[in-house]
Amino acid sequence: MARNKEKLVLLLDVGPSMHGVLPEVEKVCSMLVEKKLIFNKDDEVGVVVFGTEETNNELMDEVGGYENIVVLQDIKVVDGDLIDILKKLPRGTVDGDFLDAIVVGMDMLIKKYKGIYKGKKRLCLITNAIHPTKDSLEGSKEDQVGTLAVQMTAQGMKMESIVVRGILSQDANKRIMDENDRLLSIFSKKTRSRTVYVDSPISLLGALKTRRVTPVTVFRGHLELSQQMKIKVWVYKKTQEEKFPTLKKYSEKAPSTSKFATHQVMVDYEYKSVDDSSTVVPPEQRIKGYRYGPQVVPISDAERDAVKFKPEKGVKLLGFTDASNIIRHYYMKDVYLFIAEPGNTRAILAVSAIARAMKEMNKVAILRCVWRQGQQNVVVGVLTPNISQNNKIPDSFYFNVLPFIEDVREYQFPSFNSFPASWLPNEQQQMAADEFVQMLNLAPSGKEEALLPEFTPNPVLERFYHHLELKSKQPDAAVPPLDETLKRITEPDLELDFENKSVLDSLCKHFELKENSKLKKSARRLLPEKPSGSNGEDGNGNVSDARAVDSIGQEPVVKIEKIGDLTPVQDFEVMMTRRDNPEWVGKAIREMRDKILSLLTNSHGGDNYLVAVECIIALRKGCILEQEPGPYNNLMRYLYRYCQEKEISTFPKLLASMDVTLISKSEAVDSNFTDDEARRFLDKIKPEPKD
Amino acid sequence: MDLDPEDVFKDEEDDPDNEFFQQSESSKEYVVYLVDASPKMFNTTCPGKDQKDEIHFHVSISCIAESLKTQIICRSYDEVAICFFNTREKKNLQDLNGVFVFNVAEREQLDRPTARLIKEFDCIEESFMREIGSQYGIVPGSRENSLYNALWVAQALLRKGSIKTADKRILLFTNEDDPFGSLQGAAKADMTRTTLQRAKDIQDLGISIELLPLIRLDEEFNVSVLYSDLIGLDSEDLAQFIPSAGQKLEDMKDQLRKRMFTKRIIRRITFHIVKGLSIQLNTYALIRPTVPGAITWLDSVTNRPLKIERSLICEDTGSLIQEPPKRFQPYRNENVKFSMDEISEIKRISTGHLRLLGFKPLCCLKDYHNLRPSTFVYPSDQEVVGSSCIFIALHRSMLRLKRFAVAFYGGSSRPQLVALVARDEITTAGGQMEPPGMHMIYLPYSDDIRDAEEIFPDTEDDAPRADKDQIQKAAALIKRIEMKDFSVFQFANPALQRHYAVLQALALEEDDIPETIDETVPDEEGLARPAVVKAIEEFKLSVYGDNYDEENDHLGKEKVGGASRKRKEIAENAAKDYDWADLADNGQILLETLG
Repeated sequence: MARNKEKLVLLLDVGPSMHGVLPEVEKVCSMLVEKKLIFNKDDEVGVVVFGTEETNNELMDEVGGYENIVVLQDIKVVDGDLIDILKKLPRGTVDGDFLDAIVVGMDMLIKKYKGIYKGKKRLCLITNAIHPTKDSLEGSKEDQVGTLAVQMTAQGMKMESIVVRGILSQDANKRIMDENDRLLSIFSKKTRSRTVYVDSPISLLGALKTRRVTPVTVFRGHLELSQQMKIKVWVYKKTQEEKFPTLKKYSEKAPSTSKFATHQVMVDYEYKSVDDSSTVVPPEQRIKGYRYGPQVVPISDAERDAVKFKPEKGVKLLGFTDASNIIRHYYMKDVYLFIAEPGNTRAILAVSAIARAMKEMNKVAILRCVWRQGQQNVVVGVLTPNISQNNKIPDSFYFNVLPFIEDVREYQFPSFNSFPASWLPNEQQQMAADEFVQMLNLAPSGKEEALLPEFTPNPVLERFYHHLELKSKQPDAAVPPLDETLKRITEPDLELDFENKSVLDSLCKHFELKENSKLKKSARRLLPEKPSGSNGEDGNGNVSDARAVDSIGQEPVVKIEKIGDLTPVQDFEVMMTRRDNPEWVGKAIREMRDKILSLLTNSHGGDNYLVAVECIIALRKGCILEQEPGPYNNLMRYLYRYCQEKEISTFPKLLASMDVTLISKSEAVDSNFTDDEARRFLDKIKPEPKD
Repeated sequence: MDLDPEDVFKDEEDDPDNEFFQQSESSKEYVVYLVDASPKMFNTTCPGKDQKDEIHFHVSISCIAESLKTQIICRSYDEVAICFFNTREKKNLQDLNGVFVFNVAEREQLDRPTARLIKEFDCIEESFMREIGSQYGIVPGSRENSLYNALWVAQALLRKGSIKTADKRILLFTNEDDPFGSLQGAAKADMTRTTLQRAKDIQDLGISIELLPLIRLDEEFNVSVLYSDLIGLDSEDLAQFIPSAGQKLEDMKDQLRKRMFTKRIIRRITFHIVKGLSIQLNTYALIRPTVPGAITWLDSVTNRPLKIERSLICEDTGSLIQEPPKRFQPYRNENVKFSMDEISEIKRISTGHLRLLGFKPLCCLKDYHNLRPSTFVYPSDQEVVGSSCIFIALHRSMLRLKRFAVAFYGGSSRPQLVALVARDEITTAGGQMEPPGMHMIYLPYSDDIRDAEEIFPDTEDDAPRADKDQIQKAAALIKRIEMKDFSVFQFANPALQRHYAVLQALALEEDDIPETIDETVPDEEGLARPAVVKAIEEFKLSVYGDNYDEENDHLGKEKVGGASRKRKEIAENAAKDYDWADLADNGQILLETLG
């Protein structure tokens, strides 16, 4: 299946302004190759970095120019070395020119495959596109990009651009950004390219599709409006769960040294009589029985085939109805996509007309579908319009399966209004809840929507491939902890919580929860899991808990339950050394982090900075002692961004002067940073003179 | 060929082992249907479909029949008994007057429903007057109390099994709100007292009594005369309970059917809202695909069930593997091994709770953000008092602000992001249509979303877009083919109905398989109405011009190749030529009831 292979060139911006996100770029690119090693072994990948001190590419040799671009890896079939290269991208020193990089990448693909290979060719550009591109020698930049776009289409190349912006990139010159965006949009308009903008590390990890799946149609045929009018459509899956890989069973019977051993395991089934387990019943003597109540009714396949439900293949319209008649939670399955037969202008127009009319009238269509001949069931589902936002892409429909009568369980639930008044929220409580729902907004206007499914990677799969790679080098490698960036998918965003601290506190203050004392002890599950409140008011339950534990622990030291305002460093140290409950360490770290953040935000004219730095130093020490680099390093990276956004320069200076670095690998093995990187953080944090 | 028979009912990607689709059989339900058969049940009617009046007794019977048919499919381990009171004849172990326990051969009085029970119960009305008879059991001057007797019999039927492993319920169908109304003075007081005491004793045993009142157009069913005390309603329940008089029959039937199901909690989960604020929620599966039950392999000679033994054999050495084997993934030219512990460790990325991450406007939930059927969540104060209060406050805020919540659900099988969409309660005269609460919608990850729509535009040209006229013609067409009152509960699954019709026919050794109707086929008659035909023609003309036929022909014709046409013919002939009676005579159909 040579045509099914993909030839990919990664174009990675490693200039100084990209350093903050390079760990994520390394992760997502190596994941891409890791998956190719399993699912698309014959794919070929090349790696180009730009923004480097050095220059090393053929175009420079041949025509000159194209400086600060290094071909790290020529295009070759994916292998493990490629991962090693991607895991250690160089940190560049100059601001790169992404247009030059695109030319270098195109040149590589053209030279290698010109005329021979007609399959998929792709460029993947990751940059923040905040630095100016060089003026072209002839014509405007727009003309130059136009020429490139024509060439790209002629060569059958696709491009995917991931532009890292927002808090991930420093405030840059808006004029330059706008120009770059305009240039990139020319590619999107004129070629099969798409450009996505991301502004959080999570969406950077999710923006690049790491698994290449060749789309397969579920159905090709007619969408029958009636006997007299049919539209030719193709149906694909729009969403489909990417499952955890099915791992084969491994047999350790053969010696591990044996070269020829497959170590495979065969699964064998034997059918035996319940009464006499010595006899095996041969296949021709077996018959399938179907349960009907307590009875088991035997039916042979021939009988079944003769009487079973056999609908004709086809997709038929039952009618249109108000969109409000189909409530969203009735969707039963993953989603299908209906497109008009590609290249069939009339069909595309027909789909477009119906989709747009449906959208305007707020209607949906109800369809009855039998995807394949010989399928023994039908599905009834809802077709909704998908109006294309991109001029190059035709309008289409989404489709989802609706339940049959048998699939719906009509349970009744008490109306909330029937609850005793004491169970219903009072006015203040309702206000606190309203404010909470309003403020804890993941999609504020003007910002990127957080946790957008399209850009959110699957943390379990990321962890699996990470572990797989570790194990391939060291077979007994332990399961790595969940990546810090990915934790933000599973846990509330600290920044968001922090910004809305008063709202959160007010919610906690207005609502009171009590364990049901009437319940038997064994039935209580919530108590031990109750997260410890860090800021006093809500932590009463925990305090009494802790006291109970203390009396058993019999430690004569003063019990510090929380970090106070007077001696935060000492409080922290005492809490870190408490051994009566392993939870103290986590609690101490959390409280210290919160303390540092509140010192910083409540600081007037920098009066709290010194205390904050002291706290940071204490936290650093504690985290190294406990070998828990994560919380500290994350806090530091957050502070770095925070200061940048608020344009605070004195605090980073202070940190730099005290030599407060990130925790490096040599200090705590779980750290993602080498000594050098940890140190470089200081350089970065020092405010650069602005021009 | 050892195909999994369930294959035919699902698309490839459904995973039958997925806990998600399986229904727990851990708790059984024992139900006694207690049906009033007094003359009043036969004299009173309510308007039904097509303005035809239907008598109350018939309504009760058809509700039960319907529920039995669902039950044998979905919850066949539950056990039922059917018991009439106010009857002429008596049949019960206690030999009490006016109570008749209906049963069929090969079945205990309280037992799992069988094909025969369903079949004979379906035609009970034909023989009812002849064999069982209707007669008031509470009359002045007599000491008989048929209601008391009925409760006693029901209680005795439910003696089976422990209350710990089974839910026990009595469902009482009646249209008489004042059963002792014909009595006077001491006799009335006495009977009321003993009956209420009997009901209380029953409830003390852990058996619940539920009332399913049937009402007339012109008359209210006054629950407070007797039944509120009998079934133990307090005043708050009471207001909710009384169905309004003048309800349509369908509504009433609908309501009765809904009440016959008990709610089953799939899971109790903890919902972390913010630090220090975690509430308790119960989750319910309101919508799940119903598939025919698992198959059991039988020995075709003896008709005895077979057990399947699975063994793992090492391909290199041929030896049996006893211990659970490790797994491996070929990677970088070697086999990377994982223990099962490691795999579950990899998947454990969260505590298994539901954790709130924030809120988004409802428009952010796209049509393609869906993977599986949703799960319903409803608060519970059972363990954490105050859960409902917070839940309701958030529920109201979310409805008002048109937001949904995004949360992370850290279950062990597939930890994932979910959307929690608040839904307000919707009630009609027929009762609750949509319960109040939130629906948990499982969101895809980036790798689960595909962009097939983007693969085709290979040219520099823009994609064709419909013009104003074409859109207008399409709009006219949409108006013509409108289903005004469409509801998702409209269609029965024709494949499932067919499957069970076949099973029932075979189980009862019937010669004919009852016809099943496929309700999902388009309304050809409606589509052939001149106005509809005209709208379609106009739309067709606006898009295709006069070229519709030639443009649409080439694909349609070439598709039906010789092979598939032949296959079709064979299948059609096979069905035609099949002679059920003949097959049965030749012993090709083996029928036997297994224990």
